[in-house]
Amino acid sequence: MMPEASTAEMSAPAPDHVSRVDQVGVEERVARFRTRSIKKSSKVHALKLVLSQIDLTTLEGQDTPGKVRQLCQKAKHLHDTLPDIPHVAAVCVYPMMVGVAKKALTDSGIHIASVATAFPSGMATTEAKLEEIKLAVEEGADEIDMVISRGKFLQGEYQAVFDEIALCKEACGDAHLKVILETGELGTLDRVRHASDLAMHAGADFIKTSTGKIQPAATMPVTLVMLQAIRDYYYKTDRMVGMKPAGGISKAKLAIQYLVMLRETLGEAWMTPEWFRFGASSLANDVLMQLKKQETGVYQSGDYFSKD
Amino acid sequence: MDKNIKTEAHYAERASAQETSMPATSESQSKSKSRTTSASAPRLGVEKTYKLYINGKFPRTESGRYFTVADASGNNVANMCRASRKDFREAVVAARGAFSGWSRASAYLRSQILYRVAEMLEGRGEQFVGELTATGSSKRAAAQEVTAAIDCLVYYAGWADKYQQIFSSVNPVASSHFNFSILEPTGVVSAIAPQEKGLLGFVSDIAPIIAGGNTVVSLASEQNPLCAISFAEVLHSSDVPPGVVNILSGYRNELNEHFASHMDVNAVIYNGADADEIKLVQEQAANNIKRVVIRKKPAAPDPYQIMDCQETKTTWHPIGG
Amino acid sequence: MSDGKNAIKLNYDTGWEYAAAPESTDHININDRYELFIDGKFTAPKSGAYFDTINPANEKTLASVAQASKADVNRAVKAARGAYDNVWSKMKAAERGKYIYRIARIIQERAREFAVIESMDGGKPIREARDVDIPLAAAHFFYYAGWADKLDYAFPQKTPKPLGVAGQIIPWNFPLLMAAWKIAPALACGNTVVLKPAETTPLTALKLAEVIQAADLPPGVVNIITGDGSTGAAIVDHDDIDKVAFTGSTDVGRIIQRALAGTDKKYTLELGGKAANIIFEDAPIDQAVEGIVNAIFFNQGHVCCAGSRLLVQESVAKEVITKLKERMQTLVVGDPLDKNTDIGAINSAAQLERINDYLALGQKEGAEMYQAGGKTPKKGYWCQPTLFTDVAQSHRVVREEIFGPVLAIQTFRTLDEAVSKANNTQYGLSGGVWTDKGAKIFKVGQNIRAGVIWANTFNKFDPTSPFGGYKESGVGREGGLHGLSAYVNLH
Repeated sequence: MMPEASTAEMSAPAPDHVSRVDQVGVEERVARFRTRSIKKSSKVHALKLVLSQIDLTTLEGQDTPGKVRQLCQKAKHLHDTLPDIPHVAAVCVYPMMVGVAKKALTDSGIHIASVATAFPSGMATTEAKLEEIKLAVEEGADEIDMVISRGKFLQGEYQAVFDEIALCKEACGDAHLKVILETGELGTLDRVRHASDLAMHAGADFIKTSTGKIQPAATMPVTLVMLQAIRDYYYKTDRMVGMKPAGGISKAKLAIQYLVMLRETLGEAWMTPEWFRFGASSLANDVLMQLKKQETGVYQSGDYFSKD
Repeated sequence: MDKNIKTEAHYAERASAQETSMPATSESQSKSKSRTTSASAPRLGVEKTYKLYINGKFPRTESGRYFTVADASGNNVANMCRASRKDFREAVVAARGAFSGWSRASAYLRSQILYRVAEMLEGRGEQFVGELTATGSSKRAAAQEVTAAIDCLVYYAGWADKYQQIFSSVNPVASSHFNFSILEPTGVVSAIAPQEKGLLGFVSDIAPIIAGGNTVVSLASEQNPLCAISFAEVLHSSDVPPGVVNILSGYRNELNEHFASHMDVNAVIYNGADADEIKLVQEQAANNIKRVVIRKKPAAPDPYQIMDCQETKTTWHPIGG
Repeated sequence: MSDGKNAIKLNYDTGWEYAAAPESTDHININDRYELFIDGKFTAPKSGAYFDTINPANEKTLASVAQASKADVNRAVKAARGAYDNVWSKMKAAERGKYIYRIARIIQERAREFAVIESMDGGKPIREARDVDIPLAAAHFFYYAGWADKLDYAFPQKTPKPLGVAGQIIPWNFPLLMAAWKIAPALACGNTVVLKPAETTPLTALKLAEVIQAADLPPGVVNIITGDGSTGAAIVDHDDIDKVAFTGSTDVGRIIQRALAGTDKKYTLELGGKAANIIFEDAPIDQAVEGIVNAIFFNQGHVCCAGSRLLVQESVAKEVITKLKERMQTLVVGDPLDKNTDIGAINSAAQLERINDYLALGQKEGAEMYQAGGKTPKKGYWCQPTLFTDVAQSHRVVREEIFGPVLAIQTFRTLDEAVSKANNTQYGLSGGVWTDKGAKIFKVGQNIRAGVIWANTFNKFDPTSPFGGYKESGVGREGGLHGLSAYVNLH
């Protein structure tokens, strides 16, 4: 059974057809992004953009409807005393919390993203994964964040990984599919590149670094390799694919460095919530504190910003 | 010339001197036998024609000119080719052509070939003793010079696959790179051999050059060129590829300038102490930023003389996954 | 891009621009006038003549600098000779080393000041001065300091002895770093020094003179004298100099080599280059593109080892050139003191004119020229990063060293063709090779006749790493163990 999506292809790119990646070169390029000095008006612009690109996330075993409702409230009202603050792009929850979020976010314009496919390990049958996706979509998820089967990928069963992604894409229906590579388990940047290509060819709307449950989660080198894969895929197919680094980005300064990297790799078209997201839980408040500091000139305390 | 080399006593002396050395080749044995015959029953000697050695061949100078070498009493010993700038040019073409193969030959092979040259010289020792005595050396000095030349070749044969290990380096750079420096031969070397010691001076000059993978065009001693030219025969029978060593005889005052100025020569070695000649060589070498090595007096063999015609190449590579 | 090939699809002219982020200069102290540093003191030139050094980014005068005459060179050499005879050659080697360590430390402490002045005087981006020039200069002193009492280990079976007085002439592209490359090994080996910085970039060398004073180095061990080519010639020609070390153009190197003929002075020459950067189809392409940028646009291309020729395998040429053009869209050209600037000012009006002549020549020769565009300041000397495509070995922009941000791009089909083109030059300073295949790296690296091979990287420098050229790129090595040979006699 193969997916019908016109953007998907029939088979997984073999590793020997995947572009090579040199780790040290990637790290050097990242170091250059990190030396960019973002000040004043360009900093304010970037901070607001970061807020608008956040997938505000809670993915805990202890999540409750109450916790999710609080998170949704925060998503809508980041810091009402600061003027011209955008809302976040989405909240990201487990499938069984999608209904709660859906209700809380009615008419807010904020998307509901749901992890699925036996998140975070992906250790379930394909059938179970598809069922989970369908459930989440039925409950109202706009976006599905799936995990790839890393075990199969590392075993070299690329076609199986590819087919599973394609099936998930089909199961998503109108919902967007974000494919989590869990790069912290892939070992090398070459494999990150290969998995990115594989996911995009199988129909991913977004590729995403991490579940947040494995260290290292998102890093700039990994994200750069994925951005470059997106660029090459775009040149080849004319189809834009989004990017979501997730996990480990909790400071505004780092988020801005990601935006610098995005700007200088994919350019203007990707600089929106539609094509770039941060998967994060505590990033928003640090960005808000920086915005307040820009407004007042005074360094801020966390006590003045709501934590949910 | 052979008229000056005639005593059986000499050969006996040589033979006893080399009793622990390599056995002579059958070729030289038969040669010395025939010479012995000619000495005991006089007949008209067959004199040797000394020619140039270019690209593994023995051409006469294209110029058709010659100069004479005399013995201590002023008697003509031989007519030598008075090589021209065009002969030199041909020799550089040959040396350049041979460079790629010789510089990439394994160090082990270069070592073996140099050792082979030593073996061949050992076998032909009598011939060189004769040429040295013909141009004024005492027999003892001549024999010493020949054995020193053989030992010099063996010495550099041994260095050919070792100097790299002594003078290379792995460099602990601060960034995430593996960095190492190795030596590579400078290229085509023009070498103006010492005037003294027609054999040892010449051999000491070219051995470190070729041990290091360079190819060479050498100008033999003007005063005593016989051995250098005869040494070509040794090289020729020793698996030294054509063009690796090219040997000219001629006048320094005609050739120094071209040895130093040629744009396809990478280094020039000048042996001697003549201030005007040194200045000329240094000036002309600047044409193409040649490496210039001036050896005012003979030095004992050492690996630093190999280093005189080596380039350091440093390679960087990232260390990543 | 006129014919649509290698067209860029992505738009890097985004709504989010980086606001100006200038490095402050309020902590910088530049005197109105600088004298000659001779025998431990700043002294006026005998000539009484001075020249201006300007900021090439705004053409404003930074300071007036003494022009050393022959008489001043005499004074400096005399001071160096005296210091050599009476102090430096007699000092215990370990003590010598400790003075050099001191210099390294003071440079580190004053790094920011040095970086800002280097950027102002030479036009290079503050990011490079801050991250490359100054830290490497300090590292160079630090590295060679430790050699001072260990020289016997560097030369097996020999007894290394200092040469005496070294005359050193350095270029304008890495002013402080080149001073460090010259002075550090000379001092470590027990020599004393007369150094002349380039006419357009004397300030950090004069600041280094302050450091040397602060380090309490015995007077005369290092003398720094400023001036033009005539000052350099007077140093080269001086009878009491034992060694000349020069970094600069091959043409001047040739003149120096000729001038030294008939003398017993030793010399090292670090000259020009026209390095090939070879990209194979199996290279990590995105990193290779970045490598190309580092190879040719680092320091405005004012780099003797710049990868000024790109050789790219035909099967990936389109991709590489497209990505290179994309990358050039994101290079920030402008105020060198802005922390976001990637490409600063061309060092001088004369150099800009030379580069512009080559831009005109390349187009006249029929090459296709590409520039990323973008605005540059009205005042100052600027050149947009430039590519020439459709060029062959016979184009002069392929053969001659331009010393600017100008890249000539050729394609090749086979490894042998690439190597052959790479070596088809009178130079041999450096070369680049990009491939994921180890065996190919070694084969190409072995076959390129050049002193530095960057494999899957480019324009990396380190004090432990020997640097120097084959063929007309120079004589001798600087840096590392091999850099010591230039400053010793072996017995």
